[in-house]
Amino acid sequence: MSEPQDRVWEVFRQEAEGDPMVHGGSVRAPDEELALHYAREFYGRRQESHRLWVVARDSIVELDDPDLLDPPFDRSHKRPGGYIIKHKLEAAKARAATTGAPEVEE
Amino acid sequence: MNDQALTDAFYAHVMGGGKVEADDWMPDDYRAALLKFVEMHANSELMGVLPEREWILRAPTLRRKLALTSKVQDEVGHAQLLYRVAEDLGKPREQMLADLLAGKTKFHNVFHYPTRSWGDVGIIAWLVDAAAIVSQQALRDSSYAPYARTMKKICWEESVHIMHGRDVVLTLMNGTDAQRAMVQEALDRWWGPLMQMHGPKTDPATDRDLIWKIKSKHNEQLRQEFLSIYVPRILELGLTIPDPALRYDQAEGRWQYTEPDWDELRSVVTGHGPMSQQRLEFRRTSRDDTQWVRDAIIGPATVAAA
Repeated sequence: MSEPQDRVWEVFRQEAEGDPMVHGGSVRAPDEELALHYAREFYGRRQESHRLWVVARDSIVELDDPDLLDPPFDRSHKRPGGYIIKHKLEAAKARAATTGAPEVEE
Repeated sequence: MNDQALTDAFYAHVMGGGKVEADDWMPDDYRAALLKFVEMHANSELMGVLPEREWILRAPTLRRKLALTSKVQDEVGHAQLLYRVAEDLGKPREQMLADLLAGKTKFHNVFHYPTRSWGDVGIIAWLVDAAAIVSQQALRDSSYAPYARTMKKICWEESVHIMHGRDVVLTLMNGTDAQRAMVQEALDRWWGPLMQMHGPKTDPATDRDLIWKIKSKHNEQLRQEFLSIYVPRILELGLTIPDPALRYDQAEGRWQYTEPDWDELRSVVTGHGPMSQQRLEFRRTSRDDTQWVRDAIIGPATVAAA
């Protein structure tokens, strides 16, 4: 049985102008008016939030695809950390130093 | 995966430092242990405001009255946040409140005692909240992520309470001899319950809450941490701690103290403390008195009273 008072609302808050909205927690309320009241009491009384959102939990659509989010195969080529250049760079510099790099025109 | 394989994979995940979200599958015994832990915490926040609320009308200045009112509102807010975490685990909030009022579930020992003077308000806000924050900070690492996130917010607010309490104590200590004596008398009464608050030593090897990382530190670790930070801060004010055996053992690297009265702790948390029944009765009366508000906002209660 899902009574209206069982509705759960997720609260998102922005600490300062320009910051990302981050998840703060959740409140339970029959409608958005009371949800906002709770959110303001719990997350807005101490000058800790520049902006507050409440979103009904049942309105959130979640992507549930572990093969994409946590892929079983190596996907390191898609991330900066996938390129380890330290030793290659050292070798290239050493090589350039011994063979003599072309002088830069003044 | 069958149930056993799923269960094994779950425990391997949390014991390896992995986190669990509200919608994730979890074994029944993890859910039960977690619910019991969070529910007790929520009950303690809710009941914890009653000793202090008695002093709102007697606060010495307007600023103190505002601060105390705000602290009481914070603590009730913490109870609301924690009941929210707990109800996601499957137990309706109305049932948790009914069980609390029926004496079926517990709340922390320190909230079963009377507050006799304004000195108590300072000692509670400073040292009871400090002992609580030591364990709450450790809960920011809980394997149950919604609980861990809630603790981050709660710890931030508790740090304000500790400053408020320390400020009350410092003001009294800078006052008259009578005021200093009032703080000392309050500390003498609260020291026993404070030392009991984190509970008896447990064997970390068999403590399920610890193994499953519902909590990240065991009782004695928390008590030692509390003593290391707060004994010097108490002594530097010229206060005396009422335990002649209390000393830091350099060789062992730990605080030695008189064994706390565990019989008193057991008796108090099972509803036999000096104020246990009055506090529960106050909460029952307040639930009845405010029923019309809930009826007006969400309609007549759908859960039968206990």
